[in-house]
Amino acid sequence: MAAEAHANDLTINAELVADILTRFIRTEIRRAGFERAVMGLSGGIDSSVVTFLAAKALGPENILAVTMPYKTSSDATNRDARAVVDHLGVRTLEVPISGSIDAYFSQFPDAARMRLANKCARERMTVLYDQSASFNALVLGTSNKSELLLGYGTQFGDMASAINPIGDIYKTQLYPLAAHLGVPDDILKKTPTGDLWVGQTDEDELGFRYAEVDRLMVLMVDRRWRRAELIEGGFAPEFVDRVATLIRRNHYKRRMPVIAKLSPRTMDRDFRYARDWGT
Amino acid sequence: MTSSSHPPARPTVHHVALAQIAPALADRQRNVGLHLEQIKAARAKGADLIVFPELSLTGYFVRDMVPDVAIAPDAPEIDELLDAAGPMAVVLGFVEESPQHRFYNTALYAEGGRIVHLHRKVYLPTYGLFEEQRYFAAGERFAAFDTARFGRMGILICEDFWHLSAAAIMQAEEIDVLICPSNSPGRGVEGPRIRTAETYEHLSKAYAQLLGAVVIVVNRVGFEDGLCFWGGSTVTGPDGRTIVEAPMLDESLTMATFDAADLRRQRLITPLARDERLLLTIEELNRIKRNRYGC
Repeated sequence: MAAEAHANDLTINAELVADILTRFIRTEIRRAGFERAVMGLSGGIDSSVVTFLAAKALGPENILAVTMPYKTSSDATNRDARAVVDHLGVRTLEVPISGSIDAYFSQFPDAARMRLANKCARERMTVLYDQSASFNALVLGTSNKSELLLGYGTQFGDMASAINPIGDIYKTQLYPLAAHLGVPDDILKKTPTGDLWVGQTDEDELGFRYAEVDRLMVLMVDRRWRRAELIEGGFAPEFVDRVATLIRRNHYKRRMPVIAKLSPRTMDRDFRYARDWGT
Repeated sequence: MTSSSHPPARPTVHHVALAQIAPALADRQRNVGLHLEQIKAARAKGADLIVFPELSLTGYFVRDMVPDVAIAPDAPEIDELLDAAGPMAVVLGFVEESPQHRFYNTALYAEGGRIVHLHRKVYLPTYGLFEEQRYFAAGERFAAFDTARFGRMGILICEDFWHLSAAAIMQAEEIDVLICPSNSPGRGVEGPRIRTAETYEHLSKAYAQLLGAVVIVVNRVGFEDGLCFWGGSTVTGPDGRTIVEAPMLDESLTMATFDAADLRRQRLITPLARDERLLLTIEELNRIKRNRYGC
């Protein structure tokens, strides 16, 4: 069967999803003994959706949206983040990271730009966790399902959080959700970018479009189509293999570090408790 | 024969309280308190029966806490709840430890402060997000039982309800009321309702009509490790129509009224259980058994 027949597999009921995710945020934050949440706000669709959901769940006064520009960050990033903050009335804080990043890389002037990108992501993580202590809040994650599957994120950087409301939503599915929530049009229309360096876009770097890869991944991952079925369905073999490899190679990022088993009960192998244990 | 020859003196109108709660995970004491509140509120509303979800005393993803939260059916916590219920019948769920130290996902039915029936979940889902066989022993019976007020009753816990054979046995048992306590996590958000909720609706309507019975599903709400339990508890009449539906996602104590006289009316219109050929079914199953297992 042609994969086009399954194009609707990415359809979501945005109202229902927003309702579930709002309750999820409220429940998880409160059961951990908190009332507040903090997130990094870039002005992209992912962090904007999370900020909108969190404001709805906990009230804007309980949200701290932190912007953490680096000196090469684009003006559009700052402008769109500001639009979200103004629209929602959440608290905000700007913590530029150029000083600490540049101080570090002054020791390694020849570092490749991917090192800089990862270091920025991890610097932002430490800022968020520190601000969460100051604001008495938990850090909300902003990695979507497409990024998590493709490994398009920095381990212990932007992938780090206490609670991630959008980790089971493909990038393509975030658009109807964002529109439902009232995320400003400018954010919905712009090209996805990690703003990792000047002019960088996700799709150039990945080498394919989210719309295309999400259509493949929903069949490969969620519907469990086999390789031959995907190819028969119209996907190029090289594309199927490339995506399958990315998913497999990046699996380590989605797991806690592997522990060498010695004792009768080892974390997460046979010492098995839900994280929400006792709440 | 069963008790389906209802004596005219028996009340036919019944008030059921659907206790759609969000139990704390592996905190039995807190959950006992939650049950007591619900029991008190249900009695104040004049309920004849209160139904709690699957594993209502423990929560669902109990995992390595299973032995820590397990109790025997004669545990003081259960006595306390049955005392509080007074004349109101109760269905609740707990982790049962047998004298052989096996752990079961069990639901009890009690009336007049006495446990009448224990159903140990037979079908323990262990696929996808589920891992019940890792922790629980499987029940080995689908047996119906007679109640003082509601006629003949059967209990299927969550996954049991998805097995046609379990429903067929309940039909052969000629039950009047089928109760399904569940902990169903929502999956599928593309349509107007959570897809799992749609499946439960289809099953409830189909079983109610096919069995000519009242079907009561009580599903929990709340989250455990990201799973969303969707609630939407229902009572479905023997004609397949939904009598009441509790809200989706919200905690609630929803009251429903059903009239056992509807069972008679429906069975006059469509006497499916009467026309069942049980011996033929058994013969056919035996033939399949011989072919498949050689015995």
